[in-house]
Amino acid sequence: MFDGLLGPEEWQAVRLSLKVALVATVASLPIGVFVAYALARWRFPGHQLLNGIVHLPLILPPVVTGYLLLITFGTQGAVGSFLKKIGIVFAFNWTGAALAAAIMAFPLMVRAIRLSIEAVDSKLEEAGSTLGASRRQVFATITLPLILPGIVAGAILAFAKAMGEFGATITFVSNIPGRTQTLPSAIYTFLQVPGGEASAMRLVIISVVIALAALFASELVARRIARRVAGS
Amino acid sequence: MTLALELRHSFPSFELDASFEVPKGVTVLFGRSGSGKTTIANAVAGLFKPDFGRIVLDGQVLMDSTRRVFLPPHKRRLGYIFQEGRLFPHMTVRQNLAYGGRFAPRQEAVENMERLIGLLGIEHLMDRRPALLSGGEKQRVAIGRAILASPRIVIADEPLAALDEQRKGEILPLFEKLRDELAVPILYVTHSPAEVARLATTVVAMEHGKVARVGPPAEVLSDMQVMPLGVRAAGSMIVARVAAHHDDGITELDANGVSLFLPRLDKRPGENIRVRIPAQDVLLMRSRPERISALNVIAGTVVEIRAGEGPGAMVSLKTDAGLLLARVTKRSVAALELAPGVVCHAVVKTVAIAPEDVGH
Repeated sequence: MFDGLLGPEEWQAVRLSLKVALVATVASLPIGVFVAYALARWRFPGHQLLNGIVHLPLILPPVVTGYLLLITFGTQGAVGSFLKKIGIVFAFNWTGAALAAAIMAFPLMVRAIRLSIEAVDSKLEEAGSTLGASRRQVFATITLPLILPGIVAGAILAFAKAMGEFGATITFVSNIPGRTQTLPSAIYTFLQVPGGEASAMRLVIISVVIALAALFASELVARRIARRVAGS
Repeated sequence: MTLALELRHSFPSFELDASFEVPKGVTVLFGRSGSGKTTIANAVAGLFKPDFGRIVLDGQVLMDSTRRVFLPPHKRRLGYIFQEGRLFPHMTVRQNLAYGGRFAPRQEAVENMERLIGLLGIEHLMDRRPALLSGGEKQRVAIGRAILASPRIVIADEPLAALDEQRKGEILPLFEKLRDELAVPILYVTHSPAEVARLATTVVAMEHGKVARVGPPAEVLSDMQVMPLGVRAAGSMIVARVAAHHDDGITELDANGVSLFLPRLDKRPGENIRVRIPAQDVLLMRSRPERISALNVIAGTVVEIRAGEGPGAMVSLKTDAGLLLARVTKRSVAALELAPGVVCHAVVKTVAIAPEDVGH
């Protein structure tokens, strides 16, 4: 259906971006929940350091984050060379774009989830433990359902951020059509060639539509969950 | 089943140092707020870890600081009824009630769920969420949830404190029922003398983190050495039998041969009840009064008189009905020449005894 609206190269970029953002969000969500929980509920040495590291991508120039990813996860990099031996390649691959997007979106995700965890009355968790639920069971049956709106909000925010990630992605995995050319990279490329404005404009509209749809969906889901939790 | 505990902990503002036993029945931890009652309840539940202590429930060590044993709350098998209910907002009443049962050993389910729901009067609330329940309804569900966890001890931390008088009057009889029916001990925290008089089988009076006195409620409440809430809240407790209901709305009680007249009670003749008589509602007279509106005149002998810094004095009176406390002024003590051994009469207005002061 979109074939008529978009050229093959544009369509490819949209599809790749959706895939990259989805994988980045889904793969980082469990880690995001864990880190948010640790930051919200545990006091441990290195608490401030962990908090700083999580927020680093938010304050570093994206190019710097991309370069750090390149020297770490590139095929010559410390981690990258090892991963290559077991068949995982991030460099100049869509998986690398997903990794970059996940890392750039991570602070937003963790912030949203952490806020929702801090809003949960820990007295409810205490009540759960006196009724025989272990810490894990308390988390699964009380904390998790109560923070679901926050998790959804965090995930959608991360997804939107991942869709739009540009600087770190292009630095880490370059801008290879069909492989690593995401929506923002494609818009950038079209703007560099004469007569590309029309293609760029179509992708810009798609971006706006996806972003708005994500926002709308998150509002809807969060409201529905909140209503269920509040009870009616 | 019995709970035995021994705790010590240093707080910036006070020292907690308590040891006592909780047998079957209701053991009321009684004292003003800040005296360490809730801290003790939380230590039993495992929600608070004292510096030093040993808690043994039914032969099992829940904590022992010298042996470095500390069982986490979920392994202690208890039912905790919190002041604010703490129902899970995302679950229905039914799910809240079933929560404890999910983790309890199935074969040990002591309570019949249907029967308990009927007793608590919450049948019609089962599919609602806590947000739509009133304070009293929440507390009923919280009680049910704790009992259905098949606990080995029930802990209730000021479960009525957040409720208005009418709701308290509805929930208190439920605790009386639990006291009479449950096989496990109940540790009940309160600062209300009325709740002590109605519920307690044993009272542990707390003052500044220390146990001031342990004993049956009639003794502890009329002990003038121990007034954890001060003289204003002091009062004695007597046990009496319902003798008759009179047509003019008065219920007659028989307290060891002494007739007492109370506003109509919803109790059957022959039933034993407890009545708390607030000390400041008791008048003293040297001679037996005649043509007086108050219906209760009880003869007795002064046992002890205690006067503090203020104008007031507390007089304890030995009567056939039991020990009575009267709060009078020092001036009256002098004018009436009251002293230990003096015979006098205690006068109590029928309407001075509130329904919340009467239990069974």
